[in-house]
Amino acid sequence: MRATLDLPPDFDPIGGRFGRFGGRFVAETLIPALDELTGAFFEAWADRDFRGELDGLLLEYVGRETPLYLARRLSEATKATVWLKREDLAHTGAHKVNNTVGQVLLAKRMGKKRIIAETGAGQHGVATATACALFGLPCEVFMGAEDVRRQAPNVRRMELLGAKVHAVTSGSRTLKDAMNEALRDWVTNVADTYYCVGSAAGPHPYPLIVRELQAVIGREARAQMLQRAGHLPNVVVACVGGGSNAIGAFAAFIPDRDVKLVGVEAAGEGLHGKHAAPLTAGRVGVLHGAKSYLLQTDDGQIAEAHSLSAGLDYPGVGPEHSHLKESGRAEYLAVTDDEALDAFQRLASLEGILPALETSHAIAALPRVVERFGEGIDIVVSLSGRGDKDLETVQAALDARAASAPEVS
Amino acid sequence: MGRIADAFAKAREENRAALVIYLCAGDPDLDATVELTLAAAMAGADVIELGVPFSDPTADGPAIQQASERALAGGATLEGVLGVVRRVREESEIPILLFGYYNPILAYGEARLASAAADAGVDGFLVVDLPPEEAAPLLEPAFAAGREYVPLLAPTSTPDRVARAGELARGFVYYVSMTGITGAATSALGEAAERAAVLEAELGQPVAVGFGIASADDARLVASHASGVVVGSAVVRAIAGATDRADAVRAVDALVRSLAAACRRA
Repeated sequence: MRATLDLPPDFDPIGGRFGRFGGRFVAETLIPALDELTGAFFEAWADRDFRGELDGLLLEYVGRETPLYLARRLSEATKATVWLKREDLAHTGAHKVNNTVGQVLLAKRMGKKRIIAETGAGQHGVATATACALFGLPCEVFMGAEDVRRQAPNVRRMELLGAKVHAVTSGSRTLKDAMNEALRDWVTNVADTYYCVGSAAGPHPYPLIVRELQAVIGREARAQMLQRAGHLPNVVVACVGGGSNAIGAFAAFIPDRDVKLVGVEAAGEGLHGKHAAPLTAGRVGVLHGAKSYLLQTDDGQIAEAHSLSAGLDYPGVGPEHSHLKESGRAEYLAVTDDEALDAFQRLASLEGILPALETSHAIAALPRVVERFGEGIDIVVSLSGRGDKDLETVQAALDARAASAPEVS
Repeated sequence: MGRIADAFAKAREENRAALVIYLCAGDPDLDATVELTLAAAMAGADVIELGVPFSDPTADGPAIQQASERALAGGATLEGVLGVVRRVREESEIPILLFGYYNPILAYGEARLASAAADAGVDGFLVVDLPPEEAAPLLEPAFAAGREYVPLLAPTSTPDRVARAGELARGFVYYVSMTGITGAATSALGEAAERAAVLEAELGQPVAVGFGIASADDARLVASHASGVVVGSAVVRAIAGATDRADAVRAVDALVRSLAAACRRA
């Protein structure tokens, strides 16, 4: 009955490893809970009723399938055919809800009484709070104090949805510290609490669960391309923080060896300064339960990440991305805060779409993708989220840029 | 047998529980850690758990998190912690267990650490986020270098995990008293101690109880059933509350003496 889950390439289901990455590096207390979760997920995934209920929610509640939009003016400017997979049009305004509806449905099936989550930009927190409201479960969200400040609208949204938001003041006060605190809560309340991880990161089985729940992005985009264009795209592009929208966009295309996969990390102030690009400029280590690429010091202390975009501001990355990088199946590049800011404005003015700052990184990479793979190609971009939450950050960054620009006399 | 196992055997002969004292290396600085380790040894600690500070200690509560941050801000590294052990070894043979998280060990290199630890006089390893199924890369060189290994068990551990930990343990098995983080309060210490005694009979290895043991009364309750008592956050708090190094040494001396007395069975 377990055959219905097609395991990812090079995945070892016993150790929970993608190639040499992943695994379970957590305290003993949590291992039995991870075993329970693994069993429950495989069972649910094989259960026609569960899958039917999830598909129904994705259709009627989330608003899937999301459009594949041929962005004509952006295409013209890019000298390629650019198709935007509109995850920003999913309920709550980002791809995160694909995962939370599935995980909270699973939590309900497992009889869990309480849901916790970590969040960076707040999109996963909002999506978790939304799913909890839908199923009538109490929800607590851990969010770095720095992110609470820069993503204030999402904090208000979570609270209106009935979630309790904990501002985390330890460490760098961002996503990594929020995840630390969520793990501490889970280890304390493990019997009745479900930890809804938002990224394709964490200990096994989370990277697998999040991958399967987000794979709907690439599955739809692949079918839509075949229907609309009559062929597969040449390249699929997505931004990568922890990597959930990217793995979701890539998964269905991994067996299509001719389709290039490009993940875009945050180069922040530049790769020689503060950034959030572990695949491009990090080393292999262990954080939050998995072996993967990491930003770290020579002594193995986790380094602070930096990105203008709170959702990419994370020193680690999901283990399957590390494997896709090492196996050469995907390529990763990094774009700076400034490039992302330009791309944000470009998409707004060319297409009338305000993308999330995370998503703006994927848009910013398009000229380099075309340079690398040639003009005239078909590119699918995962437009992972909408940018309303970022308006204050964008305005402040544009004001700062204007103030530092040389005066024209 | 290694030095840690010997310390547990000796405590048993003396009709008391072994007292394991956690110190966060480098809090407030590495020189102080040398002095505090020696003070704890003199005051009756049987084993020192020397914490290697890590930036993201997900199993620790605020007391040890903040101690780790202070230690890292002061420049503590794994190499520096090994230096502490070398200096302690000039004056004391107290068993020392390195306690920490995996990433600093991975960055240092497991095999390199095993031999450097043996040279410095480290007796064993306890790595919070390295469960038995992931531990082979450290255990193979560590056992080859004659080091001991202390696995963790928790209230949630299943029978097969209990058995696996028992097979791998060298020195003792660390039983986590509750589902929670270090320094949290628990009302179930007595039950945890009884559970530890059951595990000990099953595994034929000494089992110590840690997490949530903050006072002499707590220690007495646990020592009445279990072979070992681990105290961490309370020691870290005593050091953090001291006015200077001499005061910290006095505070640790007083706390460890009271805990050691509580570990003696009537």
